[in-house]
Amino acid sequence: MMNLLWLVPSLPLLGFLILVLFQERLPRAAVPWVGAGSVGLAALVSGLAGQEFLTQANEAAFRQVLWTWLGVGDLKADFALYLDALSLNMLFVVTGIGFLIHVYSAGYMADDPGYARFFAYMNLFVFAMLMLVLADNLPLLFLGWEGVGLCSYLLIGFWWDKPENGYAARKAFVVTRVGDTAMALGLFLLFTQLGSLNIQETMTRAQAHWQPGSGYALAAALLLLGGAVGKSAQLPLQVWLPDAMAGPTPISALIHAATMVTAGVYLIARTHAVFLLAPEAQALVGAIGALTLLLSGFTALTQTDIKRILAYSTVSQIGYMFLALGAGAWSAAIFHLTTHAFFKALLFLAAGAVIISMHHEQDIFRMGGLRTRLPVAFWSFLIGSAALVALPLTSGYASKHEILLSAFASGSHWLWGAGVLGAVLTGAYSTRLILVTFFGPENRNAHERLPLSITLPLVLLGLLSLIGGLAKLDLGSVLPEPSGHDAGWLVDGITLAAPFLGILAAYPFYSVGRAKADALMTVPAAMDLRAFWFSGWGFDRLYEFLLVRPYCRLAALNKADIVDSPFRAVAFVARAANRFLARSQTGSLRWYAAGMVLGVGAMIAMGVFA
Amino acid sequence: MTPIPMEHVLIVASLLFAVGMVGLLVRRNLIVMLMSIEIMLNAAGLAFIAGGSRWGQPDGQVMFLLILTLAAAEIGVGLGLVMQIYHRYKSLDADALNQMRELPEGGEAS
Repeated sequence: MMNLLWLVPSLPLLGFLILVLFQERLPRAAVPWVGAGSVGLAALVSGLAGQEFLTQANEAAFRQVLWTWLGVGDLKADFALYLDALSLNMLFVVTGIGFLIHVYSAGYMADDPGYARFFAYMNLFVFAMLMLVLADNLPLLFLGWEGVGLCSYLLIGFWWDKPENGYAARKAFVVTRVGDTAMALGLFLLFTQLGSLNIQETMTRAQAHWQPGSGYALAAALLLLGGAVGKSAQLPLQVWLPDAMAGPTPISALIHAATMVTAGVYLIARTHAVFLLAPEAQALVGAIGALTLLLSGFTALTQTDIKRILAYSTVSQIGYMFLALGAGAWSAAIFHLTTHAFFKALLFLAAGAVIISMHHEQDIFRMGGLRTRLPVAFWSFLIGSAALVALPLTSGYASKHEILLSAFASGSHWLWGAGVLGAVLTGAYSTRLILVTFFGPENRNAHERLPLSITLPLVLLGLLSLIGGLAKLDLGSVLPEPSGHDAGWLVDGITLAAPFLGILAAYPFYSVGRAKADALMTVPAAMDLRAFWFSGWGFDRLYEFLLVRPYCRLAALNKADIVDSPFRAVAFVARAANRFLARSQTGSLRWYAAGMVLGVGAMIAMGVFA
Repeated sequence: MTPIPMEHVLIVASLLFAVGMVGLLVRRNLIVMLMSIEIMLNAAGLAFIAGGSRWGQPDGQVMFLLILTLAAAEIGVGLGLVMQIYHRYKSLDADALNQMRELPEGGEAS
């Protein structure tokens, strides 16, 4: 069964090709069968392959070479797939969650004119994501990496007739491209220094050739971190993700919660050997994660758009994964990636159900009291939020608790402190979201009429969010286990209590009466602080001032393309010479004859006298 | 019979060529210009024949045959063109026929 691994990325690619070749000519009823069906088959194949992989425990990794992609001198890159416990974990997430979201999309996008186009992009995305996680070598990984970036751009701008959607798509593309440039440089560095493109080979050579703490290792780790920061929307490149909510909601669930934004975490885990050689870079990973999770947690407290709250929550949860990577709790980070894919996909899809039931209203303060009117969305939200804030007995608890305890055990106590504070914030903003949206005065505008294709994924993801914590893959064969002592009952207790603290803190503001929150908001300092948080800590304005405007000014200065002027000068000289010579064409036959005679005479003279 | 020295033949050929060339340059009638070209071709042929007999090689005669054919073809085509030109312009003045040139101040080449 494992020899069929090549089918896993091929099936979504095939679906993409069918959808793109026939486009809207395909019968509308057939579109979701092709789009979701191909991903479903891929999930089935990966499930079977994974089962075989897990039962034959003697082999640590499985490699399938399809053909040679590049082969020039020493440079050799195969089109090869690599399956180990880490990529198997990602494979399950991408195909499994991806399939559920495809099924959901079949219902969610049913009335959209671009039905086939939507599924075509989604299938291409799944293909690119699978290439990214299954890649055996760096160029193939980069192919998938750029492929998901392209699909993200296409899908954020899916409703292209609104200019702001196109702007959000461009912003996401350009900002992630900043990180991708760093990553490409990192790959070049790895190749020129270590002479291999194969990931495993590169990692072993890095450990053999580079001293711990050496300059090359540090540079490579920092450049790879740059790519990861861009794709995973971490500080300082986190600005694109909230705006990316302009796309359809299933996109937000698939790309901006479950798969693509976690690619940075995957990349760092995949290249952990380099980070182990550069402890400073690894500490920076943890610091970035801690800062990002606090910053976006505060921002999520103030947002009013239901999808933007979830977007900032995603940024914050990926911050936890970075924190875990920085603390050396590699498998805990991947575990949180997996459970986060369950519950954040659930939350986004539930938000989508709320949004269509509210006729495309996204402001939570105009919802209110949806508890009885939208029971499916309500329960999905409740379960998803419980997992998000890491209440015990949910999947989120299992992974987040493990992250915080390993952070403490690894000795970085302030990382643990930031994580605990972040957990309080998570509890607070989730409580706010649920209380405002689903409790309080009833909104009579909402009607929940959801097709089975929407409710079924919600139910399944709800189940996964609850019990997904049990499905932890053993990554010990790929990632080193953190060494550390037990944290003790006090730390354990504080970590456990943090989300409850957040819930208790937010409850009085948003349940009994909004008056208290409103009264607090009349204090000028609080208003300023709220506005500051609301704007995402002013990063957009800062970048606008530091980068966008100087760039636009520079572009305006260079409107005449100064660099092109030498080439334009060549063209000008040629044209002037042409005009000059054209004067000799008089149309007078005898002049031409005389010219020929003179020329022949001159040539003879040259022959005679030379 | 004493052979004619080659220099003499070449001098005659040069003179003949010069006559044709001057005729081509100074006359304006197209038919006369064609005749001048014929004279120049014959001068060249004469030089080839002289060369061929001097070195005892057939190449000169072959070249002369080629020139002969070329001249016949040229006259055939040339007279056809002259007839057309006369039909169109009612004139055989070469200087009056300068409309076939491109306008030098024409639009910018793209």
